[in-house]
Amino acid sequence: MIKIDIKKPLHGALGSMLLNIDLEIKQGDFVALSGVSGSGKTTLLRILAGLEEATGTLQIQNEIWLNEKFSLSPQKRKIGFVFQDYALFPNMSVEENLLYVTKNKPLAKKLLDITNLTQLAKRLPNSLSGGQKQRVSLCRAMMNQPKLLLLDEPLSALDPSLRTKLQGEILALHKEFNTTTIMVSHDPSEMYRLSNRVIVLGNGEIIDDGEAKDVLLKTKGSQKFSFEGELLDIVKVDVINIAIISIGQQLVEVVVSNLEAKSLKIGEVVNVSTKAFTPNIVQS
Amino acid sequence: MIETLQTLEWHPFLLSFKLAVITTFILFSICLPFAWYLSQTKSKLKPILEAITALPIVLPPSVMGFYILWSLSQNSVIGQFFNDVFGIKLVFNFTSLVIGSCFYSLPFMVQPLQNGFQSINKNMLEASYVAGKSKYVTMLRVALPNIKPAIMTAIIITFAHTIGEFGVILMIGGSIPGETKVASVAIYEFVEVMDYAQAHIYSGIMLVMSFLTLLGVYVFNRSQNNKFMRVQP
Repeated sequence: MIKIDIKKPLHGALGSMLLNIDLEIKQGDFVALSGVSGSGKTTLLRILAGLEEATGTLQIQNEIWLNEKFSLSPQKRKIGFVFQDYALFPNMSVEENLLYVTKNKPLAKKLLDITNLTQLAKRLPNSLSGGQKQRVSLCRAMMNQPKLLLLDEPLSALDPSLRTKLQGEILALHKEFNTTTIMVSHDPSEMYRLSNRVIVLGNGEIIDDGEAKDVLLKTKGSQKFSFEGELLDIVKVDVINIAIISIGQQLVEVVVSNLEAKSLKIGEVVNVSTKAFTPNIVQS
Repeated sequence: MIETLQTLEWHPFLLSFKLAVITTFILFSICLPFAWYLSQTKSKLKPILEAITALPIVLPPSVMGFYILWSLSQNSVIGQFFNDVFGIKLVFNFTSLVIGSCFYSLPFMVQPLQNGFQSINKNMLEASYVAGKSKYVTMLRVALPNIKPAIMTAIIITFAHTIGEFGVILMIGGSIPGETKVASVAIYEFVEVMDYAQAHIYSGIMLVMSFLTLLGVYVFNRSQNNKFMRVQP
């Protein structure tokens, strides 16, 4: 069990706010941490790692990491941290990066096997691709057999097909070691595939917390599907109005009445949903 | 010309060289932890320490020479102490040159090292802390190997700058042959007595040596920047 109860005033791009998190996480859980940028996700991760100060308490199993009088140094917390930019040591080969943490050769070999990196063990990080680097970073984080694995948007710098592949590897590692994991992510499919719990932060506080399916599903009532998008424009064509909405990477046109057109503002975030018919799914 | 070369006194060059080697060695040992501290600290003292470190760049050598002379001469507390306790004189000998050079060349050692440490990806250092490694181990095994160009620059520029030192040395060392008469001082004296032939030879040697040193730094840095891009055999 991990008990988190921390407070920290933050001064970000959006002005001042109080990061105020009260949370319990079960041993072996895979938690996805989501929320708009500036909501305090990375700061929470850094506080857990001991890289940033905060007031409150942190308790991991029976060990106190933080209370009023005491803060355990990052060196002693036994955590794994995966940075968005990998942060590998360029002067060491892949294998040396892992063995730098602990001289546990069998573990290093096992990790490299799981992530298909055995062939690259002697290579220097700068000769690797982004996906390979992030795998090395993941293996390195697992080397001290962490009590808590923290992933700060580990896959956001990679292209989508690579992402899916690496998600599989993160999952494989989680199954193998059953490490309690907290991952910052913006990608719903990633959160759905990997996590058993999704926590959404907004303005420094938890605004949603539950199973991935419940938190991520946007439909209400009898809606078949519902997408969030940005209203780009409303164009008048003859007697009707057409709203142009950007959903993900695509543009969608929806017919709206005059009354609706008046109540909508360009630039607003809107929900597009339908009911009363069954959507067709065809392979694209 | 050949005659002049055969009778050339090499002592001043050797002295300059010896002085530069000792100064560089001392400064490197002191400045490495100091530069690391400056690069990592969030202390309010940092700008003050940085300003003091940079002073020798802007101060006229005569000002530095004067203060060093004033604080180390036998009439001063420090000078008297060293003379009474260790029997060492701190001015007008080789020891005084080393002390003066260490002050004079300090920023040339500290600044490249500090810049090097500051340019390191902070996440990389944090990854090392999280892996359980102390700040000391992190500096030695992660920071240092990744700032080789900065280390090389610091060492060579400090060395070259010490070779090129003149004002401070003249003030606190004078021009005692074999003891404090380094190459730059020797050239000054040749010009003073209008022995332009010797002055030319000495100056020419200094010019070529300085150029080659700097060329070495730039060639090395260029090759270092490409190094980590290559695949290890």
